[in-house]
Amino acid sequence: MNNKVPNNRAWLLVLPMLVLVAFSAIIPLMTVVNYSVQDVLGPNARFFTGTEWFQSMLNDDALQAAFLRQISFSLIILAIQIPLGIGIALIMPKRGWQASAVLILITLPLLIPWNVVGSIWQIFTRGDIGLMGWGLRELGIEYNITRNAGDAWATIILMDVWHWTPLVAMLCYSGLRSIPEAYYQAARIDRASKWAVFRYIQLPKLTNVLVIAVLLRFMHSFMIYAEPFVLTGGGPGSATTFLSQSLTTMAVGQQDLGPSAAFSLIYFLVILLVSWVFYTTIMNMQKDKPPHGGA
Amino acid sequence: MAEITLKGLAHSYEKTPKGASDYAIRQMDHVWHQGGAYALLGPSGCGKSTLLNIISGLLEPSEGDVLFDGQRVNELPPEERNIAQVFQFPVIYDTMTVFDNLAFPLRNMSTPEYRVKPKVLEVADILELTPLLNRKAKNLTADEKQKVSMGRGLVRDDVTAILFDEPLTVIDPQLKWKLRRKLKEIHERFNITMIYVTHDQLEASTFADKIAVMYEGQVVQFGTPRELFERPAHTFVGYFIGSPGMNFMAVEFRDNQVMFGSQPLPVNEAMERAVADASNSVEITSNNIKLGIRPEFIAISSSPSADSVPIQVTSVQDLGTYSLLTFKLNEQTFKARLPEGHSPVGETAFARFDDAHVALYIDEYLVEAGHE
Repeated sequence: MNNKVPNNRAWLLVLPMLVLVAFSAIIPLMTVVNYSVQDVLGPNARFFTGTEWFQSMLNDDALQAAFLRQISFSLIILAIQIPLGIGIALIMPKRGWQASAVLILITLPLLIPWNVVGSIWQIFTRGDIGLMGWGLRELGIEYNITRNAGDAWATIILMDVWHWTPLVAMLCYSGLRSIPEAYYQAARIDRASKWAVFRYIQLPKLTNVLVIAVLLRFMHSFMIYAEPFVLTGGGPGSATTFLSQSLTTMAVGQQDLGPSAAFSLIYFLVILLVSWVFYTTIMNMQKDKPPHGGA
Repeated sequence: MAEITLKGLAHSYEKTPKGASDYAIRQMDHVWHQGGAYALLGPSGCGKSTLLNIISGLLEPSEGDVLFDGQRVNELPPEERNIAQVFQFPVIYDTMTVFDNLAFPLRNMSTPEYRVKPKVLEVADILELTPLLNRKAKNLTADEKQKVSMGRGLVRDDVTAILFDEPLTVIDPQLKWKLRRKLKEIHERFNITMIYVTHDQLEASTFADKIAVMYEGQVVQFGTPRELFERPAHTFVGYFIGSPGMNFMAVEFRDNQVMFGSQPLPVNEAMERAVADASNSVEITSNNIKLGIRPEFIAISSSPSADSVPIQVTSVQDLGTYSLLTFKLNEQTFKARLPEGHSPVGETAFARFDDAHVALYIDEYLVEAGHE
């Protein structure tokens, strides 16, 4: 009966992929791991340090502050961009040339390189020649992103919302378009209110694209670098210095390879952990609960 | 209680319809009586779904009126008509449990919870959904989902008609049978008008007491399954109902005989007179005169008889309980059903058309003849 010939040559087919991944991810990552446990003083002088770098990084006040800023930033922009993106997608025209026109208009910010976005906003917010900076000053509102931390934060958030909400809106728009007309018709016959249609038809059907949107936006915002760097340079003081900028200063500016490697790994694990927890939670929500009592 | 009347109804998806072909529904009058089980049968694109959506209020007709118990409801949205509709693909609310799905229409009408629960349990019991009540609707099978969407129509006390738009398309064949029986049961138990759209004649005739056959935006015949089979009012009904459909012959009256091309046809006197009248009539100018005969009523034998015509047999297919014989007469292909155990026939044989079942069609519509 069982005349299967054992043949492991299929593994050879995986080999090219393995080589690619090795060069693109595994080897660079292992280099970082290597640095994170050593103190490199020169080409021939290195000492094994164990978890020392990790400990010092975790206890570093400046980094902890940057981490808190980073988390706050990510949460704030998610809290704004996700509902706003859904809202925009809901009011976008459904067909005809208007739909195409709106889609193109809304995608434009996504096409602009990140440091250009920073530059645009840097000019935009200048009190002398920038439309927003000048406008606010004329209105009698004090506004200065180089001196006021609140202004700097508000501007960075506004910039990110402008830059990335279109992505959320587009994902949601595609999700909404894929809902069959029959759902809306059935809802009308079931006398569902507009809110009920949103809550029980549109939102559930958007779950999958929203998971993607939240994950993408979280990872992106958690690694944000070029835009605030160009706009505020991390200031005033260190009010808008996020994790990636602290890392760059440490690794490139100060050449502290060991600590910055340890820091990178922690950074990486945090993103991985948050994404995983989020994804698993959402997926679990769709499963049946084990029966206990109920109707 | 609801009697649904369609008066001078027509619908076009174009803003300014130009010709008859721009209409999805052509001028029609029709009455669906309270408590009936009806089927709306027709090929894809004949306007069945359009008609259904007009009745439910999802579409507003471009001409004519929809009356519920004599009340014009044209502008009433679906939520204000007491109807439910079940769609081709099951519509369920993914994130809700089966119980919440069934309770949804009631809760939307702010029904107090103490009345929601017994009603939901009752409907779940009828549809055999009770064991699934606490499951998320998303994880059900297609037939369970379709039962849930039917159930949402049944929980409402005010529903007087349920419209089904090919509801069994996505259901496995064995389960189709069960669900159809369930539908009949529900129909008998509640006094609800049911209109069932399908393109499957078997489905229509097992479900409905009366079938409306639709063709090119019009109801061409409304009758019991038997009437549709025995006296098709339109050539399309003859062709569409029955398997295989009716055979048609374009005939004319020549040399004092009913001629099918070069072949004289032996028909009874009454039929002969009717064909002669139609041929000579001044009103009928189209010369579209056809005789129709169902494959069941063609007798085949290997020897000629008084009123038989010679045929060329092309093939015989054994279909188990009967054989299907394909033959050529006057270069046209015909189908005949041979009962089981029929003696085999050679390449040339003789066909006799059962007089009582030959029907006359002028301009595609049935003309009663020969039954004096």
